[in-house]
Amino acid sequence: MLDADFFRRWMTATAASVAREAERLTALDSPIGDADHGSNLHRGFTAVAAVLEKEAPDTPGAVLVLAGRQLISTVGGASGPLYGTLLRRTGKALGDTAEVSEEQLTDALRAGVDAVMTLGGAAPGDKTMIDSLVPAVDALAESFTAARTAAEEGALATTPLQARKGRASYLGERSIGHQDPGATSAALLIAALATAAEAPEAADV
Amino acid sequence: MSDEKLVGIVLVSHSAAVAASVAELAKGLAGAGAAVPVAPAGGTEDGGLGTSAELISAAAASVDRGAGVAVLTDLGSAVLTVKALLAEGDELPADTRLVDAPFVEGAVAAVVTASTGADLTAVAAAASDAYAYRKE
Repeated sequence: MLDADFFRRWMTATAASVAREAERLTALDSPIGDADHGSNLHRGFTAVAAVLEKEAPDTPGAVLVLAGRQLISTVGGASGPLYGTLLRRTGKALGDTAEVSEEQLTDALRAGVDAVMTLGGAAPGDKTMIDSLVPAVDALAESFTAARTAAEEGALATTPLQARKGRASYLGERSIGHQDPGATSAALLIAALATAAEAPEAADV
Repeated sequence: MSDEKLVGIVLVSHSAAVAASVAELAKGLAGAGAAVPVAPAGGTEDGGLGTSAELISAAAASVDRGAGVAVLTDLGSAVLTVKALLAEGDELPADTRLVDAPFVEGAVAAVVTASTGADLTAVAAAASDAYAYRKE
């Protein structure tokens, strides 16, 4: 069973990973976006880690709802409301129990991903974060490791796609040949989930 | 007319200058009608390009006169942030609506309509109708 501490480790590991990869995310966002994805997410997840340390919510749902709210208010770009909605809706779907099963997490994350698709109007194949999140949730039914692999493969698979959402969609065919920064950061979020599950003691580093 | 509860208008742009200028334009073109409460919420809190949930919430609160608040936005994150705030439930005044309208033309239509004392539905409809104005 997964408790609030597990979910705090997930968010902390995501913050650390985004901090490490911020420059790469921004580099991916330079040719097809406005070159702020890494810095925006870094600001957001730094704020998430800070607020979780200060308020220390005691249920899995409360951890994710608080984290999501923080992203919406601090990121400043489209990834704020998108990731904020993902975490908040997942948290709400988890309810207020002290521990949740991996199966409950999978179902809740699916609800979160559905909410992101509704908010942004994106479907698989549109070259967005959805392209790594959907296969990740499907693979999560198998294991955390499988979810990490599926998310990374999903992010890589966005390279030949033409963007149909966001600023990159204005570029038309010129968006082809670039890996999507949103799918890449979503893969970091899922990888951090696996990190929290596999190596609890290392996740806070 | 000064006691009348007018619909408030919030203009959300990625740029503080764009939001402020469109607010000024819309109020200027509204003419001598009642003074509609209009608040820009442009850029990030530190003055950069982007969207700030805090600025949007503060702007909406500042124009709320009890007759509802119409929010007009420009692109991407502005639209998504307002939708996410509406989904929160308690971040914006109770009767707040994201209006599907072109930013500049919709803002003028919304402010002019609100200045007549029209309700939120009429203000939103007028702003959306601005899409129908063709330029060729």
